[in-house]
Amino acid sequence: MSSSAPSDVALIRAEIRRRKRRDLWFGALGVLALALALLTVVTLFINMLIDGWARLTPEFFTSFPSRRAGQAGILSAWVGSLLVMLVTASVAVPLGVAAGIWLEEYAPKHWLTDIIEININNLAGVPSIIYGLLALGLFVYTFGLGQSIRTAGLTLALLILPMIIVATREAIRGIPQSIREGAYALGATRWQMVRHHILPYSMPGIFTGVIIGMARAIGETAPIITIGALTFIAFLPPAPLVGTPPFVNFEWLSAPFTVMPIQIFNWTSRPEAAFQQNAAAASVILVAMTLMMNGLAIWLRYRLRKNLKW
Amino acid sequence: MKQVRKTTMAALLALSAVGSAQAQIVKLDGSSTVYPISEAVAEEFQKARKNVVKVTVGISGTGGGFKKFCRGEIDLANASRPILKKEMEACAQGGIRFFELPIAYDALTVVVNPKNPLKQVTVADLKTMWEAAAQNRITNWKQVNPAFPDAALKLFGPGADSGTFDYFTEAINGKAKASRGDFTASEDDNVLVQGVQRDPGALAYFGFAYYSENRDKLKALAIVDPKTGRAVEPSLKTVLEGLYQPLSRPIFIYLSELSFKKPEVREFVEFYLKNAAKLAQEVKYVPLPARAYELNAEHLKQGKLGSMFGGEAEVGVRIEDLLAREARL
Repeated sequence: MSSSAPSDVALIRAEIRRRKRRDLWFGALGVLALALALLTVVTLFINMLIDGWARLTPEFFTSFPSRRAGQAGILSAWVGSLLVMLVTASVAVPLGVAAGIWLEEYAPKHWLTDIIEININNLAGVPSIIYGLLALGLFVYTFGLGQSIRTAGLTLALLILPMIIVATREAIRGIPQSIREGAYALGATRWQMVRHHILPYSMPGIFTGVIIGMARAIGETAPIITIGALTFIAFLPPAPLVGTPPFVNFEWLSAPFTVMPIQIFNWTSRPEAAFQQNAAAASVILVAMTLMMNGLAIWLRYRLRKNLKW
Repeated sequence: MKQVRKTTMAALLALSAVGSAQAQIVKLDGSSTVYPISEAVAEEFQKARKNVVKVTVGISGTGGGFKKFCRGEIDLANASRPILKKEMEACAQGGIRFFELPIAYDALTVVVNPKNPLKQVTVADLKTMWEAAAQNRITNWKQVNPAFPDAALKLFGPGADSGTFDYFTEAINGKAKASRGDFTASEDDNVLVQGVQRDPGALAYFGFAYYSENRDKLKALAIVDPKTGRAVEPSLKTVLEGLYQPLSRPIFIYLSELSFKKPEVREFVEFYLKNAAKLAQEVKYVPLPARAYELNAEHLKQGKLGSMFGGEAEVGVRIEDLLAREARL
């Protein structure tokens, strides 16, 4: 026995070394995969930046589309995108968060809620064009909302609703059960417990879900084309804020519109090469908008988490 | 659940109730081929009218445009082919009577890679390449015509939803939408341009504007007119003189009679007819002779409704034939 002990140790050491080597290999593979993904995105972005750099002037943001590439701009497109996002957020966030809270905190656990759960998860995977077709039938024709900013906002709200519900539920599940029990022990009702504990603690996760959903919605083209967004539109919707009482104006909701992805799509299919530069410049801006939204999500999550003291 | 539904409906109704006071908007939609001309006219019109009257132009294809048009959702439909019988019926059902206004000509251009020695092609050759029977069978230029080079034949064309596809198949294969299916199809003509540019054995067809912008990368083939036996290259001149046959095609706007009663639409259409020649040429289409636009204006004044084509898919209509025709609903 005593003679074999040193070789046992050597064997074990060799085994450990081999396992550590494998560990290293896997780590390297992971870094490679990440680098490949990042490199693709960065290459594409730099490529667009080089193509579109000359067009990234202040006039590009303040000009309407035009048949002359040099004078064309994205004013109606970015305003349209922004207003559609506004409608989307104000519809999808309250509905999604409320649905998530109900499913996690209120809903009884039985087969009906199971079916609802499965359906929500399935909805998150439905192709976006299906939402466009649904919206065309429901919002445009049945409700008669027209091919307006309101219709587009509601359509995209439907699209990202499942994402927000899922994110809300995930965030709520991360909250320890002891917090709920503590609140109940002090005599809180269920609503008080949700209002003072569940909502604030799950906020970072909810925000992340909302903004990732919005970042997806802003790049959507198919459902917006389906409901009939326009390609050439050289005027802006009526301003939401006006100088006379009641100071707010909701006419913009029913205004015709276009959005960034449609403008880009139109420019890439033009015969003149100069329009390709416009498309590249507009794509850079769209990517920048998405990155900014994602950055905002990270910052908000960081800020809100810092205030959490369990 | 009921409560929720009620609240949602109420919210939607509230949303739809606001902002019913619409500004004056002239709405166009339809073909992507006609889009550049309508866009140019809309841009100039709004400039001239200081944005008092607003114009929107959408792209949903000739067929999609007619659907909206016959439901009365838009004032004018952009169309790269004449209205079909079933579309006329849909319009009649929707109570939409219309004016048909030809506004320009386009030359469907057949292009090959500049390395290809070929200069001209007959309609029969094109049919051999594109007919449905050629599927998986005709894969080499030599099979089309023994005089052609020995090279793999790669075909590119627009997708089946486009008016260009309808017109080309009608003109070459004798029946709209009859085509082999094993070609690279794209709704984006730039994809077709790139395909031909990269492959010495490639052949594609699309509107003249895309060839015109890519003359350095592509070679347009002269088409032999089956009636005269003459090989004719696509150009402004040959289309105007009616020589480039059968791939010259008129393009149209269709105007709803109801919309025409609105002063802003009337003003826009008058502006369109006055400026179409200049703007069509600017975006690489072939303008009609001045007489044609005058005739359009006369038809509007006299209230001549309907189509000159009787719902038939027709190819090879020369400009002077077009002017001599009578419109019917």
